[in-house]
Amino acid sequence: MSELTGTGTLLRLAWRRDRVLIPVALLALTALSVGSAQATLDLYPTEAAAKAGLGSVLANPAVEAMYGPIAAENLGALAVFKTVVMGAVFVALLAYAVVRRHTRVEEEVGRLELVGAGVVGRRAPLTAAMLLAGIAVVAAGLLSALGLIGIGLDAAGSVGFGVAWVIAGIAMVGVTAVAAQLTTSARACAGIALSVLAVMFVLRAVGDTAGGGAQVLSWASPLGWANKVGAYGPNRFWVLGLAVALAAVLVGLAYSLLDRRDVGAGLLPSRPGPASARPSLGTPTGLTWRLTRPSVVGWLAAFVVLGGVLGSLVTSVADMASDPAVVDMLRKLGGSAGSITDIFLATELAFVGVAAAAAGIGIALRVASEERSGRGEEVLATATSRSSWLGAHALIAFALPTVLLLVLALVVGLGAGGQGEVPGVSSILGAAAARIPAVLVLVAVALLASAALPRWAPAIGWGALAVAFALGELGATIGLPDWLVKVSPFAHVPQLPGGEFTWTPVLVTTAVAAAITAAAFAAYRARDVA
Amino acid sequence: MVVPVNTVIETRDLRKTFGPTVALDGLDLTVPEGEVHGFLGPNGAGKSTTIRILLGLTKADSGEARLLGGDPWRDATELHRRVAYVPGDVALWPNLTGGETIDVLARLRGGIDERRRAELIERFELDPTKKARSYSKGNRQKVALVAALASDAPLLILDEPTSGLDPLMERVFQDELRAARERGHSVLLSSHILSEVEHAAERVSIVRAGRIVETGTLTELRHLSRSTVHAVVRTPVGQDISGWPGIEDVVVDEAGTDIRFSVDAEHVGDAVGRLDRLGITNLTCEPASLEDLFLAHYAQAPESVTV
Repeated sequence: MSELTGTGTLLRLAWRRDRVLIPVALLALTALSVGSAQATLDLYPTEAAAKAGLGSVLANPAVEAMYGPIAAENLGALAVFKTVVMGAVFVALLAYAVVRRHTRVEEEVGRLELVGAGVVGRRAPLTAAMLLAGIAVVAAGLLSALGLIGIGLDAAGSVGFGVAWVIAGIAMVGVTAVAAQLTTSARACAGIALSVLAVMFVLRAVGDTAGGGAQVLSWASPLGWANKVGAYGPNRFWVLGLAVALAAVLVGLAYSLLDRRDVGAGLLPSRPGPASARPSLGTPTGLTWRLTRPSVVGWLAAFVVLGGVLGSLVTSVADMASDPAVVDMLRKLGGSAGSITDIFLATELAFVGVAAAAAGIGIALRVASEERSGRGEEVLATATSRSSWLGAHALIAFALPTVLLLVLALVVGLGAGGQGEVPGVSSILGAAAARIPAVLVLVAVALLASAALPRWAPAIGWGALAVAFALGELGATIGLPDWLVKVSPFAHVPQLPGGEFTWTPVLVTTAVAAAITAAAFAAYRARDVA
Repeated sequence: MVVPVNTVIETRDLRKTFGPTVALDGLDLTVPEGEVHGFLGPNGAGKSTTIRILLGLTKADSGEARLLGGDPWRDATELHRRVAYVPGDVALWPNLTGGETIDVLARLRGGIDERRRAELIERFELDPTKKARSYSKGNRQKVALVAALASDAPLLILDEPTSGLDPLMERVFQDELRAARERGHSVLLSSHILSEVEHAAERVSIVRAGRIVETGTLTELRHLSRSTVHAVVRTPVGQDISGWPGIEDVVVDEAGTDIRFSVDAEHVGDAVGRLDRLGITNLTCEPASLEDLFLAHYAQAPESVTV
């Protein structure tokens, strides 16, 4: 057992460092599951009203791709319909963040070396990180289950819901533990773990919407398992066993990889690189591009795949949903007008816009992380002006989501445009383009946060995206007041395709993004570099 | 804007506070052109804050700072073409190689002397093909040093540049510093490693609690401080020698012939004269080392220093 000596101490240390992050995340997750269930119960107060709404949900592949199929025709299943899989993704992200933060990140900055020199077993740091993440995941499931029982839902179903979240969480604990052993860089660890999560989501989405044999794909993904629990329906608690088995295998793999490598090293060796830099590296933009290139390429690849998946789904939407009740339900979700295909596209573009904004925010926040690491100081001590350093990041941060949205629209349009009820390439491109200004507002907010308050930049940048998404995309569905919903830039996006395009909101949103960007440049010139 | 420069760094009454912490409390620093200037002080004395103000990274609350005749905050970008900086804790982009990093930093400053670059890489025994994440602290420091020294900037600002270097590499650094001075370049060398400054610097400024407490050449500073005297004499003396002018820390052995004391610069001659009358058989007289100087300044209880 000497391999694990010190795990308890490290667990307490990890908890001390995360004592804000984890409780806040748990609170937010519980608010998501219980709040959204309560909002649905308010929307469909009776079993009969629920049945009317249910018919449409069941039949719609677009909705199933996003949220998974509904577990049963009852009030409970409808109440948690939108949060089972979506929430499971968030729980998985929490598990990933906690494990990565206390393993590869610690190792990369060299703190693990300090810890490892103490009376600490070789496996103790990884074990402590996994335990803390595991506890957080179980707490998330438990709190949600209790909360759902608290608002009057069926107890067994509520536990089933909690189990669904725990399944996704502990699977991701295992995935991240392995990813942390593979490479020497925390960034690459993030890339591997998040790619696996994305693959899980796509497998489930395809499995849940495709007919016939392809349905088995859902069973290949822990996010699919979360849905297969069937909370408030069949309540298959035994699915948890699959996740426990998977996590055990992954943890065993992580341990054996850990036992075979040196502290600080990865399994994939770092190769020698060029002894001198290419000419293009000599400018702030060239340097920023070089540093962000791997993430840009990753995002582009993900959006091309996503475009392909959406393109293949959109043609079958019209066949599968001809019921007017479906259109009504989708309007509540997407708030759009036009044909069912238009609504499907508008809804998907709304989600895709959030992902594109995340890509841009990630780049914008690098201004702050470069500064915190001390590298920003080294650059600014050269003949690089603050404006050109910030400008280099702004350029890529704005260009990336713009390109991502257009590429996705192009892939969808070329694959499915003009078939049946599907609008043509130009109109899909236009719909994506109309969404760009709102996305750029959020990127600009992250840029301003990096420029003015580097320490708080990640919290502000990601927080703004979460709030904008919650208000703009879900606010109307859960009945928030109009003025509050309008705070979100997403609430001002013309509902395209199908809806009416007006210039005013697009121009105003663009102006807001420009003003925030100008403020960022002014703030960055005026302050001390930390 | 072409002003004949003969003072490369000049600050007057520089003040900076961070919340309740007073980092600089009226700092006056002058470095003439062509000089290697030692900037001495313990951790937290305000060395790095001064350097960050000189680099335009931090804005002084009040006071005046001039760098190469320009305003370091307003003209930062222009001035940085003529300034090379090495931070005390070098952070590098983990996925760039050392060679790439050297080129990036030098090109952002305005160019690199390829021949010097190759020569320095060889002298510092740096492998430029390794990714920065696999470099040790010393190797990261070398990357920044090579980028700075190969840039041919007329002013080098070095903030504890040798932290993490082994003694061999420290010697290479000292040679390069001398070479830079011979080329007429100016250097601000911040450090708390006294031997490093003693070797390289012509003049030093000692900073304490945000202000300069002493500036001068090493000879001047030594003059201000006390020498240590150890003498063996034939005629035993009593403890009464503590009455000699300018003498302190007296230690005399039981026989009264082995005498140790410290004496200020003005009274060395007088003390040696008195010893001579006792019949000297052995005499050593050591001037104050920089370390003594330094400790003398810091032994005084610092008044209300917030750290």
